[in-house]
Amino acid sequence: MIDNKIGAVLTLGGGIGGVQASLDLADAGFRVYLVEEKPCIGGVMAQLDKTFPTNDCSACIFSPKLQTLAQNPNIEILAYSKLEGIEGEPGNFRVTVRQKARFVDPAKCTSCGTCAQKCPTKVPNEYNFGHDVRKAIYKDYAQGIPSVFTIDTEHCRVFQGKKCGVCQKVCPAGAVDYKQEDKIVEIEVGAVILTPGYEPFPVARISEYGYGRMPNVVTNLEMERILSASGPFEGEVKRPSDGQHPRKIAWIQCVGSRDPRKGMPHCSSVCCMASIKEAIIAREHDSHIEPTIFFMDIRAYGKDFDKYYERAKSQSGVRFIRSMVSRVVEDPLTRNLDITFLDQDNRLLTETFDLVVLAAGIKPTDSTLDVAKMLKVDLDANHFCETGTFDPVQTSRPGIYVAGAFQAPKDIPQTVMEASAAAGVAVRMLADQRNTLTVKKELPAEKDFTAQDPRIGVFVCRCGINIASTVNVPEVVERVKDLPGVAYAGENLFTCSQDAQTAIKKLIEDYSLNRIIVASCTPRTHLPLFQETAREAGLNKYLVEMANIREHCSWVHMQEKEKATDKAVDLIRMALARSRILESVQDQQLPMVEAALVIGGGVAGMGSALNLADQGFPVHLIEATERLGGNAWRLHRTIKGEEIHAFLKQLIGKVTSHAKIQVHFKAKIEDVQGFIGNFKTTISENGSTPLEVEHGVVVVATGASEWKPDLYGYGTDPRIRTQLEMNEAMAAGNPDVLKAGTTVFIQCVGSRCQERPWCSKVCCNHAVQDAIALKEADPAAQVYVLYRDIRTFGLNEPYYEKARRLGVLFVRYEPEAPPAVDVSQKIVVTVKDLTLAETLTIQADSLVLAAAIVPDEYNKELARMYKISTNEDGYFLEAHMKLRPVDFATDGVFLAGLAHYPKPLDETIAQAEAAGSHAAAVLARGYVEAPGMVSVVDEDLCRGCGRCVDVCPFHAPELKEIAPGVFKSTVNPALCKGCGACGVACPTGAAAVRHFKDDQIGEMIDAAMA
Amino acid sequence: MTEQFDPKIIAFACNWCSYAGADLAGVSRLQYPPSIRLIRLMCSGMLAPSYILKAFEKGADAVLVTG
Repeated sequence: MIDNKIGAVLTLGGGIGGVQASLDLADAGFRVYLVEEKPCIGGVMAQLDKTFPTNDCSACIFSPKLQTLAQNPNIEILAYSKLEGIEGEPGNFRVTVRQKARFVDPAKCTSCGTCAQKCPTKVPNEYNFGHDVRKAIYKDYAQGIPSVFTIDTEHCRVFQGKKCGVCQKVCPAGAVDYKQEDKIVEIEVGAVILTPGYEPFPVARISEYGYGRMPNVVTNLEMERILSASGPFEGEVKRPSDGQHPRKIAWIQCVGSRDPRKGMPHCSSVCCMASIKEAIIAREHDSHIEPTIFFMDIRAYGKDFDKYYERAKSQSGVRFIRSMVSRVVEDPLTRNLDITFLDQDNRLLTETFDLVVLAAGIKPTDSTLDVAKMLKVDLDANHFCETGTFDPVQTSRPGIYVAGAFQAPKDIPQTVMEASAAAGVAVRMLADQRNTLTVKKELPAEKDFTAQDPRIGVFVCRCGINIASTVNVPEVVERVKDLPGVAYAGENLFTCSQDAQTAIKKLIEDYSLNRIIVASCTPRTHLPLFQETAREAGLNKYLVEMANIREHCSWVHMQEKEKATDKAVDLIRMALARSRILESVQDQQLPMVEAALVIGGGVAGMGSALNLADQGFPVHLIEATERLGGNAWRLHRTIKGEEIHAFLKQLIGKVTSHAKIQVHFKAKIEDVQGFIGNFKTTISENGSTPLEVEHGVVVVATGASEWKPDLYGYGTDPRIRTQLEMNEAMAAGNPDVLKAGTTVFIQCVGSRCQERPWCSKVCCNHAVQDAIALKEADPAAQVYVLYRDIRTFGLNEPYYEKARRLGVLFVRYEPEAPPAVDVSQKIVVTVKDLTLAETLTIQADSLVLAAAIVPDEYNKELARMYKISTNEDGYFLEAHMKLRPVDFATDGVFLAGLAHYPKPLDETIAQAEAAGSHAAAVLARGYVEAPGMVSVVDEDLCRGCGRCVDVCPFHAPELKEIAPGVFKSTVNPALCKGCGACGVACPTGAAAVRHFKDDQIGEMIDAAMA
Repeated sequence: MTEQFDPKIIAFACNWCSYAGADLAGVSRLQYPPSIRLIRLMCSGMLAPSYILKAFEKGADAVLVTG
């Protein structure tokens, strides 16, 4: 490795993957250059309406991240730019970037929009797929970052040699510059992370579906825009041809996916769930809509996906039809669309729909392929970035990493995990360059308002139409603007957007505001953002208050608009009452024990431990058994043919020989004390004397196990094996399985049922892999796979095709009529073949059961000890299912591997890397930022009775003898959680939580009842 | 009584559980009457009995304590 490494990283692509990687890198102490081809960052996620399986509003969960990114002084956004060259080696690259001319000076543009208002040239808006228009000077979307307009030279009259120049004349900032030229920027970085995302397959090429000729045939991304409040129809579900409300909507799956003849042999992974979500949301917008989804297999393989699918069927009125649609025929008069399909009884039916949505396949963009060529990064057979199972984020070129849909089609959480993993691997390589190129954010001094009367600014958010379609926002502003203490009141389209933050800061200045109230959504997600904005304007962050007029008002009183408006005013009045008497509070920095504890010595735990240790942090790795490796010992090869044991031995070697890692075998956790930065975990090894380990962070990687089936004769006959047992038998060369004349695989054994309503995710791929191996070893072997849906998602789909070509027979069964197994001389399996509508009897020599993956019972105990949660299935529950897949809601605790949810090896490895690097970033900071919102005791009022000591569950208050016989309570801010139980128990009112004092709550009660 | 009884309810919610639950009700678009006013606390442990008395004193028809 070279010695002139550079503490900076370039991320290519500003979608959720690039944003996450950039944030992680900056958080870990590295300078970041984020290069994006489009004028604004945000990528596909910014275009989505909602996200599955939680139906979170995509913009609402993504905006805070974009915001944090834009405010980070260590991230430079190079939008409207492309990579032109690269030289050097890992640790020290020199990259050439071309910044295209926008013809608007970003330093001057205030994004006021006057130019676009006055521009005479209308252009179809590609951001909304041409369903509305924009001007020739434009911004992709209102909240776009960077907040700068751009001239589209293809359409601008000036660049077409016509007379115009209106934008230059009207721009109040003088930002328009028709002579601007492209800029070439040379950047030095230690590593490059590729997160260029994807583009939909050009579905117009599949002419039988009529896309491009029939206006009411749209793609699923267009449907996202149609459903979106900020979309072309402002969230009203309309069809393009006539603006009418469609009643019958059809989704057609796998359009340009699973189709080798179209050059798209892979499964696009996300479309099944995306279509189900769009169907549910469309009905939510308009209950008259009747959604139908035409599909081959529903691939609901992720966490909580199957439950979502089942709910769509049973509660949301979504009709599912398992049939490939051969063509769509348009009625030229009505523009309605006829779809012909086979129903479950194999009858050919034709049905008319008002709107058809095509689930377009996912492919890397052409420009990504060009960049990959320039970077000399290899592609795989499907034209995605070539990676190995054991290094899922490493491209073929050292120092260049990949994450997201360029690696393989995948959903948001998997992209986020990989982005964090790629950042983690880059940080590992560059660890000694941490903080060498970063700058600290300069904040203005906090102003002292103690003697001033309140001057409160009230910012009422429309949230697109999320609030404004129910609550009359202008009326709310009018009704609160003259209330006592209010110095300013106004409304915003999206108060969380970048331009709104700039506006808020300016208004704080202009109106000398000393407190602000944001009436928008929940403080649980958005308070930190507004606190940061206020802080940048010199306000203490505790002088920010929120009124939740979305989750608690507009969304829950949709039918009572007047009362909802009254309630919004009331909620703001309550916030005002509190705001008037709020005080500044100072946060504190507490010491950090710079060591980690990793629980679980499988692939996940070892991966996390190595990431932490390579970054220089001591790690205690605890393993319940006497051997590292976990479930991976029972696997032999990956579907690509890589040797798992060889990898495992190498990994174990690295872990056991690492100077920073101490492995505790046969270890058990006896007790846990403390919190982020200062955990004390007591462990015993093989029943030895308990040992107390001090650590600042924890990674939970306790794994999961294969269920022991009580179905299909398991346990009664040695020829019946689970998948893992089959794997072991095949690895051992056992002739009973390798030379079995007839082998039957039964899928979903104990998965996707009432007791275990989840898909175990890996079993379809394992069955396909084993079936191929059996057929390749002996082409005369009979191999059957009995399945419900084949879920060979992503780049595994070509293996499914290969298995069928080799003659493996796939027979689908319904859960209501599962296969029957009768063990005699042969294993007799009977199943109703739904395609032939006949009962099939198979005389098998070997039966393989895809037994469910089940969470560990121990998870519940661990959850209690570290104050983390499990979901109803018993898997650990991450902080946010979409955007925080490796963090727990409890600070300082992280999650990786099967303990989170069943997943294949490459995903486990990526998640482990991500969890390790998030944990390391916390340690690298060197201190814990403790909120000032903790309990304090007024010594004059305290009479030393000790009731606070008795009630505190966190052992924070302590009685100290300040004079002989005189006791006073003091609270340790490091232990205090700010729950306020001490204040309630205190008979004299001496103990109180800062920011939640009695009067600060009492005033709200008064205001609520006024 | 000619008018329908529309009770005024004050609810106290813990930031970490029931407030999040009320958020989820919003995200799930569960509809409920608008006459409830919710006050966020950092923990239901900080709810002094006096707050409940105060709410009744000021005219609340009901007080909901969640956490």
